[in-house]
Amino acid sequence: MSEAVLILGATSAIARATAAAFAARGNALYLASRDEEELRRIAADLRLRYGVEVHYGLFDAEATDTHEAFLKSVVTAMPNLSGMVLAFSYLGDQQAARDFSVGVKVIASNFTGAASILSHCANYFEPLQRGFIIGISSVAGDRGRQSNYVYGAAKGALSLYLQGLRNRLYASGVRVITIKPGFVDTAMTYGLPGLFLVASPQAIGERIVATLSKSADVVYLPWFWRYIMLIIKHIPEPIFKRMKL
Amino acid sequence: MPTLITSLSGWGRYPVQSCELERPERYADLRPDADSVIARGQGRSYGDAALNENGRVLLTERVNRLLEFDAEKGILRAEAGATLAEILDVIAPKGWFLPVTPGTKFVSLGGCVAADVHGKNHHHEGSFGDHVLGIDLILADGSRVTCTPDDNAELFWATVGGMGLTGIIGEVTFKLIPIQSAHMMVRHHAADNLEQLFQHLQNPAIDDRYTVAWMDSLATGKKLGRGIAMCGHHAAAEELPVDIGHAFSTRQKRSRSVPFDLPGWALNPVSIGAFNSFYYQLEEKKQQPFLTGYDPYFYPLDAVGHWNRLYGKRGFVQYQCVVSEPSAFDGIKALLQELSGSRRPSFLAVLKRFGAQGRGLLSFPMAGYTLALDLPIRDDGLFVLLDKLDEIVLQHGGRVYLAKDARLSADSFRAMYPRYAEWLRIKNAVDPQNRFSSSLSRRLGIGGNAT
Ligand SMILES: Cc1cc2nc3c(=O)[nH]c(=O)nc-3n(C[C@H](O)[C@H](O)[C@H](O)COP(=O)(O)OP(=O)(O)OC[C@H]3O[C@@H](n4cnc5c(N)ncnc54)[C@H](O)[C@@H]3O)c2cc1C
Ligand SMILES: NC(=O)c1ccc[n+]([C@@H]2O[C@H](COP(=O)([O-])OP(=O)(O)OC[C@H]3O[C@@H](n4cnc5c(N)ncnc54)[C@H](OP(=O)(O)O)[C@@H]3O)[C@@H](O)[C@H]2O)c1
Repeated sequence: MSEAVLILGATSAIARATAAAFAARGNALYLASRDEEELRRIAADLRLRYGVEVHYGLFDAEATDTHEAFLKSVVTAMPNLSGMVLAFSYLGDQQAARDFSVGVKVIASNFTGAASILSHCANYFEPLQRGFIIGISSVAGDRGRQSNYVYGAAKGALSLYLQGLRNRLYASGVRVITIKPGFVDTAMTYGLPGLFLVASPQAIGERIVATLSKSADVVYLPWFWRYIMLIIKHIPEPIFKRMKL
Repeated sequence: MPTLITSLSGWGRYPVQSCELERPERYADLRPDADSVIARGQGRSYGDAALNENGRVLLTERVNRLLEFDAEKGILRAEAGATLAEILDVIAPKGWFLPVTPGTKFVSLGGCVAADVHGKNHHHEGSFGDHVLGIDLILADGSRVTCTPDDNAELFWATVGGMGLTGIIGEVTFKLIPIQSAHMMVRHHAADNLEQLFQHLQNPAIDDRYTVAWMDSLATGKKLGRGIAMCGHHAAAEELPVDIGHAFSTRQKRSRSVPFDLPGWALNPVSIGAFNSFYYQLEEKKQQPFLTGYDPYFYPLDAVGHWNRLYGKRGFVQYQCVVSEPSAFDGIKALLQELSGSRRPSFLAVLKRFGAQGRGLLSFPMAGYTLALDLPIRDDGLFVLLDKLDEIVLQHGGRVYLAKDARLSADSFRAMYPRYAEWLRIKNAVDPQNRFSSSLSRRLGIGGNAT
């Protein structure tokens, strides 16, 4: 039986492309999100195109009390689980900043929910002394901007969490990779003004899987975002606070 | 659902119109959420069929999952956004092929049903719709209905060839054909003039499962209609040389792309004439049967991405018409004479024989011969010429293909599609508000007479 990969937020375009890149390598898959009909369709598609075993199940990042049982059912279905990709996210809109009842959902999915399922996955892989955890964060987490700082803060927190987890799991040989995409052409960004250098989900999905054969810990995708963010991070705060970003 | 307002065109890059795009990623989001909506697959129709000026265009490209494949019976069910290219990648290595395929594989399943596309085998196997077992259709009120040739048959045959005007096709189930290899056995037959070319196309000793003729569109006088009949079939196992390797793998060439628009003058009578003479002599030599992959055989143009840029910024019109059987020869001859008299060069001129008309109420094919011409837009004189061609087509009981059209008149449309009244009755029953409408439907006055 081939090694299996768990994809959380599997209905996202980036996740679909990542799952396809894993399937093309022959990996079995477990797809999870809150939309059963879509999961069924994506699973059928991956089975047909790549001839791999695909399971799916419901997962809600915000329902943290269900996460332990969820991971158990994944491992029962796929005892040879070798890694996971955390792709779910809720971007929210401008309102998230003014209305905390919206903001809290942004934080609950991008950070609290992520931290919850990550802790269960870490506890599962640590004693096995193998496995990988790929967390999709965002360049938006590198610096707070007025246009989406609730999302940015949650992603920034996720990046920090992954950093700490990497440090903890290093000794047990479990790899933790932080992915920071720039703009990607998905439902999250479709029709938004002000996008530039937009990457295709396919390109990002292939790069995500390719990072496993390299030694990088924090990966900007495409690569040039590392330098764009380097510049943005180094703009002095007295200037940055005046900018319309 | 977020939308994006942008300028959009078909493959011919004429006309260019401002449309409001939406791009659902989930099946449940295939819904008409505006007063005027049209579905769009890969935008390989040439004119304005998949445009909706100042209206909503629903892109199906992300709803492209392959759902079910019966490898015993050769039946595939897939979402309408899936392309023929994606489907071939999965089915051909397993010994199955598309029952009907247009000259590019970068089209969506939805587009194949909505335009009821034909291939080089229409005279034997009909059009795409003849091989469809069922579709899932999303109606104007958002409800989903399954249509097959038996259940909701009227709606089925109004949707096959219905150019997206009855609803959004969500899923398609269709029958594949078995193949013994991914190779084609092909033979070329040169003809010095139109008469001989017609004889080739009618000669059972020359005809094959797939037959198409390429013509030198600039040849005049005694050479008018000189061309090459290209006949082929899927190579049987015993036709393959022993050293060919795996029967289902053909070497894939990397495709190249035209990176920018060629200046408008690049394709002119001299350059096209030189190309045609060269091509005719080259292909004329291949009179012995030869083996080739299905890609170069069915999809020669797909090897060059964005080849539509060769026609320059103003774009081009593909004029494809059919003239009905009894006077087909005279009709094609008159069309070619009118064309060569105009000294407007056509880079491509293709002639095919059609079998009987199918059941799709607005489908294009009918018993006769179909001619396709690619004509760059230099000036408005082109549209005067095309109106003259329409008259010839009408005199010979024919019609113009809507999937290629950008300029037909509403009157000519009605004269060419006599089953329109029957179609309209079904359309009005399922879409009384005429929600599914496109730039093409408004130009041709299709739909919208509910009250
Ligand atoms: C190089 C080339 C060669 C070609 N050769 C042939 C040929 O040999 N024979 C032939 O018949 N055609 C041929 N065509 C035309 C092409 O096959 C048709 O125009 C086909 O409809 C294109 O599919 P598409 O996905 O690009 O559709 P689009 O161009 O996006 O749309 C075409 C029509 O289909 C409708 N449509 C698309 N998807 C849906 C859906 N999901 N639900 C409802 N309606 C939908 C649209 O509303 C529109 O009316 C060729 C085109 C090119 C560029
Ligand atoms: N697109 C970009 O430009 C961009 C840039 C940087 C980073 N990213 C990151 O890349 C990842 C994928 O992004 P995308 O653009 O492909 O996203 P997307 O299309 O918006 O998809 C996000 C997915 O998250 C799932 N999800 C949301 N809330 C959830 C919850 N409470 N529980 C479980 N699943 C939930 C949704 O699945 P269901 O609705 O099916 O549950 C949805 O498919 C995200 O982490 C995103 O932050 C994207």
